[in-house]
Amino acid sequence: MIKFTLRRLLLGLIVLFGVVLITFILTRVVPSDPAAKWAGLRATPEQIELARIQLGLDKPIYVQFIRYMTDLLNGNLGHSFRTRQPILSDLQSRLPATLELVIISSLFAILVGIPLGVVSASNKGKLPDHFSRLFSVGVVSLPTFWIGLILQLVFYRILGILPIGGRVSLETTLFMDIPTITGFITLDALFAGNFTVFFDAVWHLILPGFTIGMYPIGLVARMTRSALLEILNEDYITAARSYGLPERTVLWSYALKNSVGPTSTVVALSIGYTLVNTFLVEAIFAWPGIGSYIATAVTGLDYPAIMGVTIVSTVAYVILNLVADIVVALDPRVRV
Amino acid sequence: MSGYFEINDLRVGFRTYEGEKQVLNIEHISIDRGETFGLVGESGAGKTVLALAILNLLPAASAIIYNGEICLEGENLLTKTQEEMREIYRGKRISMIFQDPMSTLNPVFTVGQQLGKVLQHHRGLKGKELVSKSIDALEMVKLPDASSILNKYPHELSGGQRQRVIIAIALSCDAEFLIADEPTRNLDVTIQAGILKLIDELQRNLNISVLFIANNMGLVNVTCKNIGILYNGKLVETGPSHQLINHHTHPYTEALISAIPRSKEEKLKFASAIIRPEVAGGCPYYSRCAQAIEVCTQKNPILQPISGTHQVACFLAYRGEQ
Amino acid sequence: MKQLDAFLFTLKPRIRETRQSLYFYNRNRLQKISLIVVGIMVLIAIFAPIISPFPEHFRLGNNPSDKLLPPSGQYLFGTDELGRDIFSRVLYGTRISLSTAVIAVAAALIVGVPLGAIAGTVGGLTDEIIMRITDVFLSFPPLLLAIAIAAFLGPSLKNAILAIVIAWWPWYTRLIRGQAVSVRERQFVRSARSIGTPMSKIIFSHVLPNTMAPVIVQASMDLGGVILTIASLSFLGLGAQAPMPDWGLMISTSRTYFLNAWWYSTFPGIAIFISVLVFNIIGDGIREVLDPKTRKF
Repeated sequence: MIKFTLRRLLLGLIVLFGVVLITFILTRVVPSDPAAKWAGLRATPEQIELARIQLGLDKPIYVQFIRYMTDLLNGNLGHSFRTRQPILSDLQSRLPATLELVIISSLFAILVGIPLGVVSASNKGKLPDHFSRLFSVGVVSLPTFWIGLILQLVFYRILGILPIGGRVSLETTLFMDIPTITGFITLDALFAGNFTVFFDAVWHLILPGFTIGMYPIGLVARMTRSALLEILNEDYITAARSYGLPERTVLWSYALKNSVGPTSTVVALSIGYTLVNTFLVEAIFAWPGIGSYIATAVTGLDYPAIMGVTIVSTVAYVILNLVADIVVALDPRVRV
Repeated sequence: MSGYFEINDLRVGFRTYEGEKQVLNIEHISIDRGETFGLVGESGAGKTVLALAILNLLPAASAIIYNGEICLEGENLLTKTQEEMREIYRGKRISMIFQDPMSTLNPVFTVGQQLGKVLQHHRGLKGKELVSKSIDALEMVKLPDASSILNKYPHELSGGQRQRVIIAIALSCDAEFLIADEPTRNLDVTIQAGILKLIDELQRNLNISVLFIANNMGLVNVTCKNIGILYNGKLVETGPSHQLINHHTHPYTEALISAIPRSKEEKLKFASAIIRPEVAGGCPYYSRCAQAIEVCTQKNPILQPISGTHQVACFLAYRGEQ
Repeated sequence: MKQLDAFLFTLKPRIRETRQSLYFYNRNRLQKISLIVVGIMVLIAIFAPIISPFPEHFRLGNNPSDKLLPPSGQYLFGTDELGRDIFSRVLYGTRISLSTAVIAVAAALIVGVPLGAIAGTVGGLTDEIIMRITDVFLSFPPLLLAIAIAAFLGPSLKNAILAIVIAWWPWYTRLIRGQAVSVRERQFVRSARSIGTPMSKIIFSHVLPNTMAPVIVQASMDLGGVILTIASLSFLGLGAQAPMPDWGLMISTSRTYFLNAWWYSTFPGIAIFISVLVFNIIGDGIREVLDPKTRKF
């Protein structure tokens, strides 16, 4: 088991190196001149040259690559063209907001998706199955950004019950003291015992969380269903039924435990989707997270920022997959 | 006249891509309390279908039960709901052992967990009592070192050990009727004998009835009181075991018996090496029968008594010819 | 060409099998409806200039007085901020969506499948190298790689398609390679190798026919996925550029107005939804048909 983990880690490192290589190649592919961009619109040729030296673009390509890697290992992701701040600190300040969304939507995915898949598989061919399947396939066909807009239209404009965006309402920002311990407004408010802020924050989480969570719900439900269908055909399920065990136990205990493998892979995959969907959705809901950061970076062609977020997200994604692989390997049958 | 366990006029079929297909057509089987009945047939003859039908575990979407009854002490099991089967019969009164010990055990749970779940459900046992009863069950099937086996996963045990575990689970709740569906099919020959002996001992000690399903005669000739021969879903001969073996009449029975390894001279004397296309409306065994006559292509024989409880479905037998 | 002959020969029993499964497939109403919808979409794409009430609006808009009008008899889906008929633009958008989807998936298949088949069949160092490269590409969260590539190459529809192909091909490679590895251990491949059959023939006539099924399933679902990705890229400004009538781009531009002009966001979104939905349904249906056959039951 330990050998397996070490081997996976080593593989992960090799892969990360490849990722860094690719991102580096990307940064050098841009059609426009990064030095010019850095120097600004009204820069003189001398200023652009200065910028070029500053950015180290005058050195040969392999030197640049080495510098790029050492920078990364030191946590230096460069500076954003737009904010002129170190990208790492930009990201750090925005991380909790995005994490809140990722956690909420993943919870949605698991708490709604898995039971949906189980109900669907155990009622195969009957009405609940057809409904769930249509629902799942429908939900993964919805463009996330579009559903966000529609939800805003319905719940904010027409019904007026949910806020259009932001993490807390305007009044709260102006009049209340938002505690900042973890950066998670919900948790911080709870710790401080400030329930008005807490409820306000939760209220604001509903629409964006649901928007992002829809796709993973469909994904998880479908995967759970197909994994479970395979399992329910196995002999040991028939045997368990022949011993007279109640269907409830057979489904939720016996069958489900066998699906941990494929399920955790799907959960990892859906968290990955969530990560990317936040890019599309945060802008719509004026959510000050990494997503809106990269959305603005993309529109403004702020290359270092795009690069920084790409690397950080990819590293997170690789770690996530590593964890999922380890969970799968915990299956007693898997010989590692 | 109804005995302890009876099957009457059972016809079962399946819905497939090519339409409906009948797979079982059993006129009559009866088993007494404490009796071992051997059902012999080749792969695909429908033996497992029968076993699952008794416990009402056939896939509801594709299985069709045309008619018939399966009665345990007068109660027709085919009319019971899944609820009733679960509460009253499965595990408690009727239990089943499957062919493949590896796939019958859930790979992600330990032996103890699986045994425990069944004991817990049927007898409400918990904690220390549960453990001690589990060990009792394992010892009943002659597994040494029972307490360490409880913590092992199925893939850590040998084939013979797994099959014993399955027998332990099946009998843990005092079932009075055991269906053994080719329990030694996937085991090595030397291990087979041990399992057969075990089942025989348990049958005598616990006084249970056993429906022993097998694919060759060698497994049933010693332990079974009565034997039924199944070919293509149909009973072609049934009767007391010594009668069947010494005075067999159906060509297929002969083929089965001659396939038991014996002395050189007798070996394969009646083995059938003929394969002809089937004839619709005729005897289903026609395509392999070395002794077929004219009428075999025209009518489908039904079970007729020859002497005592010995019955056979063969035109040759009716005329007393061999 | 001997390899092609061999390949087609192995397909014959498969075709018979497929005909049996098609009979089963056709009984499913949902599949039939989805196929019809796809057919309609193709027709719309081809005949867009003829069906649209305002064909010139797919590019120009010179009716500022008609801007942001709600749906009416004249403008079925309303108008946008430049006075263009949204209905016509949605119809023209079908062209972009369908063509990009087909091109992107086809290109990804052409790159990914041979690589995977070779990696899986040949094994050894070739396999390791190809799979490591594939792994690197697969480590990026889906869509993010496409966003990054599209951003760096410069925003345009062409670059968006290129970005998608670069981000997508590893999935097919990995899929086929996994299948190829299990097929290569099977008896008929082993015996072919033992009598000295050249690698290329092995790959073409033995490995490929037995491994294509999951890839076909994946590709049909990916058609929907690509439409969604292009829409997302265009939404971010990385794909289609104004004044192209791309559905994602329309939704993006609508953000400024939609609270008061609900029709602007709604209809392009419904178009995306329906097209992705039918491809997903068809993909699901194909999987139900192909998969049980390839699985050992």
